[in-house]
Amino acid sequence: MSTTITLTINGTERPVAVELGDSLLEVLRREGFTSVKHGCDTGDCGACAVLLDGDAVDSCMILAISTDGRAVTTVEGLETDGHLHPLQQAMIDTGAVQCGFCTPGTVMTGIDLLSRNTDPTQDDVKTALAGNLCRCTGYVKQVDAVLAAARQMKGGPDA
Amino acid sequence: MPDPVDPRRFAVVGHNEPKVDAYALVTGKPVFAGDASSDGALHIAFLASTHAHARITSIDTSRAEALDGVSLVLTHENTPATMYTTAGQGFPEPSPYDTRMFNPTVRFVGERVAAVAAETPEIARAATKLIDVAYETLPAVLSIDEALAPDAPIIHGEDEATGIHDAARNIVSVVDVDIGDVEAGIAGSAVAVDTTCETQYAQHVPIEPHVVRAYLDNDGRLVLLTSTQVPFHVRRIVARVLDLPVHRIRVIKPRVGGGFGVKQEILLEDVTGLVTLRTGRPAVAELSRPEEFVSSRTRHPMRVRVRLGATDDGTLRAVAMDVISNTGAYGSHGLTVMSNAGSKTLPLYNRAPDVRYRGRTVYTNLPVGGAYRGYGATQGYFALETAMDELAVKLDMDPVEVRRRNHIRVGETSPIFAAIGEGKPGVEQTVGSCELERCLDIGVEEIGWADKRGARRRDGPWVHGVGMSIHMQGSGIADVDMGAATIKMNDDGSFNLLIGATDLGTGSDTILGQIAAEVLGVPLAKIVVYSSDTDMTPFDVGAYASSTTYVSGNAVRRAAEQARAQITAVASAMLEEDAGGISLRGEAAIGASGNRVTLEEIALRSLYGSDQEQIGATASFVGDESPPPFLASFAEVAVDTETGQVRVVDYVAVADCGVAINPHAAEGQVEGAIANGIGYALTEEMLISGHGRVRNPTLFDYKIPAAPDLPRIRAILVDSYEPTGPMGAKSVAEIGINAPIPTIANAIYDAVGVRLRNSPFTAERVLAALDAVASED
Repeated sequence: MSTTITLTINGTERPVAVELGDSLLEVLRREGFTSVKHGCDTGDCGACAVLLDGDAVDSCMILAISTDGRAVTTVEGLETDGHLHPLQQAMIDTGAVQCGFCTPGTVMTGIDLLSRNTDPTQDDVKTALAGNLCRCTGYVKQVDAVLAAARQMKGGPDA
Repeated sequence: MPDPVDPRRFAVVGHNEPKVDAYALVTGKPVFAGDASSDGALHIAFLASTHAHARITSIDTSRAEALDGVSLVLTHENTPATMYTTAGQGFPEPSPYDTRMFNPTVRFVGERVAAVAAETPEIARAATKLIDVAYETLPAVLSIDEALAPDAPIIHGEDEATGIHDAARNIVSVVDVDIGDVEAGIAGSAVAVDTTCETQYAQHVPIEPHVVRAYLDNDGRLVLLTSTQVPFHVRRIVARVLDLPVHRIRVIKPRVGGGFGVKQEILLEDVTGLVTLRTGRPAVAELSRPEEFVSSRTRHPMRVRVRLGATDDGTLRAVAMDVISNTGAYGSHGLTVMSNAGSKTLPLYNRAPDVRYRGRTVYTNLPVGGAYRGYGATQGYFALETAMDELAVKLDMDPVEVRRRNHIRVGETSPIFAAIGEGKPGVEQTVGSCELERCLDIGVEEIGWADKRGARRRDGPWVHGVGMSIHMQGSGIADVDMGAATIKMNDDGSFNLLIGATDLGTGSDTILGQIAAEVLGVPLAKIVVYSSDTDMTPFDVGAYASSTTYVSGNAVRRAAEQARAQITAVASAMLEEDAGGISLRGEAAIGASGNRVTLEEIALRSLYGSDQEQIGATASFVGDESPPPFLASFAEVAVDTETGQVRVVDYVAVADCGVAINPHAAEGQVEGAIANGIGYALTEEMLISGHGRVRNPTLFDYKIPAAPDLPRIRAILVDSYEPTGPMGAKSVAEIGINAPIPTIANAIYDAVGVRLRNSPFTAERVLAALDAVASED
C-alpha cells in the first residue's frame, strides 16, 4: 500500500511516495540520492548513514513512513556555491578515500560529530565512526580527515 | 644499496596527488554499478541449497512462474551445461572446470539452485520460495580430514569436470618441490622446529557486495556493467558460458566498492546476462550481505606445517612446508592459492640449501575458496613466521636477529622462484631491490623493541608483549599476465590515458595517470584517465596478484615514452633542433637551446597543421620477473589474562615497495591491509554448523574491525628503487595482510608465553591456551 509523505531532502521539500515497509534508504535511492549506499540492510555497516533532522542515522533502519515532515541531508546536499564541505575536502586531501563506497556515510557521521564537538580528539573521532565500517583504509586517514576538517572549520592552522 | 636515482627528482610521481576519482566519490555521484538507473529492469533473486551435498531429483518452478510479476525462472534444466571455472584468471585458467551455471548436484549450503527474474526485488525473492525442489541427500565432507579419509564421499565424481588432479580422492591439485634433501638437512641441524598452524574460513567483506547490471545496446550486444576486478576475464568466461562470440559482449567496470580478490570471480555476470538475453530487458543482480558471505567466495582455510633446521648461530639449513588447502565445493583458485603459500614465502629465507614444499588442495562440502588479498601467502606466513619465532626462542636469540641472518638480499635468488609458478613453473629472478634491513631498523626503533620485548609490562589483568614478522610478495605473475595502455594527445596538449587496468578503490587510475604525466611533462590534471571498458580500452588481466603498479604501470610508461618520442619529433621540426636534445616539462618541449614550444602548439600542428597524425601509442607489458616488495611488521599487544581478550596497542608496518608513486595511496594500501589482517587475526571467522551451514553471515555476527578496535596503524615507506619497475615502483597492495596473524601470535607469546596456532585468536582460544599452560604448571 502506497502513501505519500513530505520530506525535506537537502533543503528542498518534496512529496515522496512510500510503501509501508520501505526503509528510508530505499526511498532515498529511489529518489535519486544514490550516495546513500546499500551495504548490509541490518544497520551494521553505516554506508547508508544520513542526517535526519541533523542527527546521523542508518537510513536502512528507519521506516520511511516514520519520517513524514522531517529533514534529511545527504552528501549530495553538502556542496555550497561550488565549494565542498570542509570534511569532503579533507577526505580528498588526506587520501582518506579509497574505494569510496563508505565515504558518503562516513562524511555524514563525521559532520554529525563536528556539529556536536568542534574540537574532537582522535579517540572521539574513532568512537563516532564506530558504526561506519571501512574495509580499505584502516581508518587512519579517515580519522585524520575529520581532525583536519575540525581545524579548518575553527579557522585553525590548516585553514 | 638503493639505486642512486632520487625519487625527489620526479615532478608528479612521488607526490600525494589527489585521487582522480575523489571528487565524484566524496560528492556521491552515481559511479557504482548499483547506482545506475534500474528503471525497466528485471531484478534477480537466488534460491540457495539447504543441503551440503545433494542431488536434485526434481525441481518444479511452475508456482514461481505463475506469480504475478515473475518473468523468468532459471535452473539447471533450462541453462547451459557448459563446464567452466568462476576464477577470473588468464587463459587457460589454472583452475578446474568443475561447475556449470546451475549444478544438478549441489555441493554446499548456499549454492545457487535457481534464479528468478521479476519486476521488483520483493517479487523475485517471494518467487524463490515457491520453487519446489526435491533433493536426494548425499554424505557430506565437512573438513580437510574427512576429505582425505580413505573412504571419503567423492565430491566431484561427474564425468564432465576437467582439470581435477584426483577427483576420486577429492584432491584438486598437487605441488611437490624438492631442493636438496630436506630430511637430511633437518636431521643434521643443531636445532629443529616443527610447527603446524591452521587458518579459518574468512570473507573479504567489501562494503559494496557483488552487483551487476546487464542490458542490450542498440545493436543487440550484451552490455555488463559490473563490480569486477577482471573485466576482460568476465567477457571471455561469460562468452564461453553463454555461447556468445566475445565481440557480442561489452563489459564496463565502473567504480568498484572494494574487492580484495572476491571480485576476481565470475559470479553474477553469467546469470544476469542470460536473463537479459532471454527477455530482452535490462536486469540487475545484487548479492545480499548474507549471500556475499555464504555464496560468493572466501579465503581458503589451510593447515600448514613448517619444519626448520638451523645451525646453533641461527642460520637456516633446511625448510620444509606442507600445506593442505580447503577449496570448499569448487576448485576456484585452488591450485594457485595453494602454490602461493610456498612460492611467496619460501624465497624469503634463501639461506637454506635444503627446501621442500608439499601442497595439496582438497574439496569439501563447504563454502568456496577464492582469491583473497595475500592469496595463500597469508596462510603460509602464519606457520613460517611462527616457526621462525619458535626457532628464536629455542636458540635464545632475538627474533629480529634470526630474521636478519636468513632473509634474502639484493643480488640473491632462490630456487623456489623458478620451481613454483601459477599453473606452470615460475621464473628465475634475482632480487633487484630489498631494503628489509632498513625496514627492520625502523620497526625496531618505532615499536620500542629493545625495551618492550620480554618485559611483560602489567597493567591490571593486561600484560603487554611485542611481536614481529617479515614478509615478501610479488609484483604480478611473471610470464603470464599482461597489461596494456593507450595514450592519445588532444588539441590542448592534454592526453587520454585508456587502460584495461582495473581500479577497485586502490587508486590505480591515479597512479597510472601520474606515471603518464611524469613521462609527458604535464600535471596530472592534463591526463584524462579512462579505465576498464572492454570496448574502449586495451586489454589488461585486471587487478590481482599485486600487478597493477608494476605490470600496467610499465605498460603506461612504455606507451607514454612512445608518445613522447612522437611529440619530440614534431617539436624537433618546429624548433629546428635535434630531437635528442629535447625534453618535455611544464607542458612544453624544450630544446637544448632553451627554445620551447608548448604541447598545445604541437598538438594543434599534428592535428590540423602539417604532417598530420594522431600522436599516441599503445604499449603492452608482461613481467619477465615479479619483483617482491618487502615488509617488516611489529606489534605491541595487551592480553587480558582474566578474559583472554587481545588488544593491539600499537602497530608498525615498514614497507619497501620501491618508489611510492603516490605515498598516500601506498600508505593506504598498507594501513588497510594491516587492518584487515588484524581482523583476520583476532575476530573474523565464518562459523559453520555440523551440517555445513554458515551460522554468522551478517556484519553483526562476523566482526570486522571498526575504528575503535584498531590502534593508529603506522605505515612507513622506506626509500627504495626497483630497477625494473615504472619509475622504480613495485607492488604494495597485498603484502600487509600477511603480517598481523604471525606478528600478533608472536606478540601474544612474548606477553603471556602461549603459542596460538589456530586463528583467529579469540578471547576463548587465548583463555583456553592460558588455562592449558596453567594446568601444566
